[in-house]
Amino acid sequence: MIEIKDLHKSYKMGSNSLHVLKGINFKVEEGELVAIMGSSGSGKSTLLNILGMLDGADSGEYTLDGVPIKNLSETKAAQYRNKFLGFIFQSFNLINYKSALENVALPLYYQKVPRKERQEKAMQYLEKVGLKPWAHHLPSELSGGQKQRVAIARAMAAEPKVLLADEPTGALDSKTSYEVMDLIQQINDEGNTILVVTHEEDIAHMCKRIVHLKDGVIVEDKKIEQVKAAQYV
Amino acid sequence: MWLFDRDLWIEIFHTLGKNMFRTFLTMLGVIFAMVILVLLLGSANGMSNGFNKIFAGTASNSLFVWGQSTSEPYKGFERGRRIRYKIEDADILKKQIPEIEVLAPRIELGSHRSVVSVYRNGQTSGSAVYGDYPEIDEITKKKLVEGRFLNQTDIEHSKKVCVIGEETYKLLFDKGEKAIGQDIRINGVYFSVVGIYKPNNNINIDGENAVFIPFTTFQKAFNSGDRMGWMAIAVDPKTPVPLVEKQIKDILKHKYDIHPDDDRAIGSFDMSEIFNNITSFTMVLQGFSFFVGIFTLLAGVIAISNILLITVKERTKEIGVRRALGATPKIVKRQIVVEAIVLTAFAGLVGFAISVGILAIMNSMWGSGDDFPFANPMISIPQFVISFVLMVGLSVLIGLLPANRAVKVRPIEALREE
Repeated sequence: MIEIKDLHKSYKMGSNSLHVLKGINFKVEEGELVAIMGSSGSGKSTLLNILGMLDGADSGEYTLDGVPIKNLSETKAAQYRNKFLGFIFQSFNLINYKSALENVALPLYYQKVPRKERQEKAMQYLEKVGLKPWAHHLPSELSGGQKQRVAIARAMAAEPKVLLADEPTGALDSKTSYEVMDLIQQINDEGNTILVVTHEEDIAHMCKRIVHLKDGVIVEDKKIEQVKAAQYV
Repeated sequence: MWLFDRDLWIEIFHTLGKNMFRTFLTMLGVIFAMVILVLLLGSANGMSNGFNKIFAGTASNSLFVWGQSTSEPYKGFERGRRIRYKIEDADILKKQIPEIEVLAPRIELGSHRSVVSVYRNGQTSGSAVYGDYPEIDEITKKKLVEGRFLNQTDIEHSKKVCVIGEETYKLLFDKGEKAIGQDIRINGVYFSVVGIYKPNNNINIDGENAVFIPFTTFQKAFNSGDRMGWMAIAVDPKTPVPLVEKQIKDILKHKYDIHPDDDRAIGSFDMSEIFNNITSFTMVLQGFSFFVGIFTLLAGVIAISNILLITVKERTKEIGVRRALGATPKIVKRQIVVEAIVLTAFAGLVGFAISVGILAIMNSMWGSGDDFPFANPMISIPQFVISFVLMVGLSVLIGLLPANRAVKVRPIEALREE
């Protein structure tokens, strides 16, 4: 599903340049649930941004579902993001003046799905994350866990190839974190490919594979025994 | 067609409605600008209409010619000789200058601008007395309150009839007294009143205290022979008046042995000159109003651009999220430009409505044009369309500024901002 070869990325900070990713090679198969771990500054967020086409790599190859991702125009990148990827952010990033339903329907709007169909589909996904009764509430009326579940529904609404989660539990208490992870596991069990960036050990162990990043290189890549989040809920 | 995309409009009204107060303040600039533009233009138009009203009834393409005294000796004549026209001059001029459309000869009792005593039943008025042809009415229209003006039959039969001014009526008759059919006496000759005129706010060369009698009657009653005092002449509208004026003077100078360089012997007054001056004055006024108004409008639209820039800055993160979810730069830009257009157009319409209301009030207060030249202050439809199109056009251009700012930020930077 995802294939990365010798990926490099550096940032210019005034006169010196900061080499963040120093040759990353890895592959993700369909249906995997991968945790990308590392301390801050290890380059894990940068990697996720490149995977999410929010940022471009300096060199190296990136193939997503057989499509080479290179030198994309902003317009093309936006279309690919919409088609291939679903984003889940640490700070939820819901649009605060739109109801939960409208937030979930937004990626479908950019896919030019007709309004009615869009609403129905969005409602389905809200139901899936257990928030159907909250469909017409604004984000400010929802708890943190609920907001993240809306965000997950939004990420899934466009039926992307890969879900990218950047510290999805970073802003949540542990009980809510486990609830969110339970949801992510359920979605993965349905066959969706998910990448989770985290620095929390327990969250990482709820995935099926852990990739350890340190100083811009992969130091460890291992399959693990998945801990089911449901038992903590 | 994206213009009919319901979601686009929902998005736009959402964002604008989210911050009503700021939206309102933003629009205020454009509202004021539109009010100023429309008021300036409307007032300029009102002034132009006011002048037109004054000139209504006066043929703008006309001139008046009378005789004065020579200032140069010529052909054995000394200077200071009085020029007196003869009635035949009228026919000579008409024949020789085809551009003359109307020529109304006139003769005045006594010397120029003098008054004569007019009597009736022991009441007296000092009025100007003119012998006229009915054609004069085509050059300076009289507004009749009662009766009729002189006509061709009066001329043919030298009828002893007269048309009097309202001022003369007041002096000779009691209030409400019927004047038509009554006789008045001038220099021992009785004339029957057939009409009363009043000034109609326009240029009134003859004054309101005057008595008009048929030219032919004048000749017989006051023994004026073939003398003619002055001529009112209307010229074909396509011909410049000064051109005809020169031709007339040349013919008259030749006929009366006036030195060709003597400019004082023949007096004349070119009505078109005043008319043109006023027309160009009002045109300059309108042009100036438009100029000032458009720049005020520009300032208003720039204010909108400014606020949108701030809005874009505030919404950086939201825009980042949208772009992560698949909004292309075009969609993001379009939304901001349409916001600018909606704000400007709406504010413009509000301003227009307000100023039209103000103009209506101004019209009801001063629109009659009695005190000064001002009538029907309103902007014309083409003026409105031009300003509106210009305003919306500007808003598109100026909306592009914040729109480009919005897509310049990369989604990653937008999302990073906390």
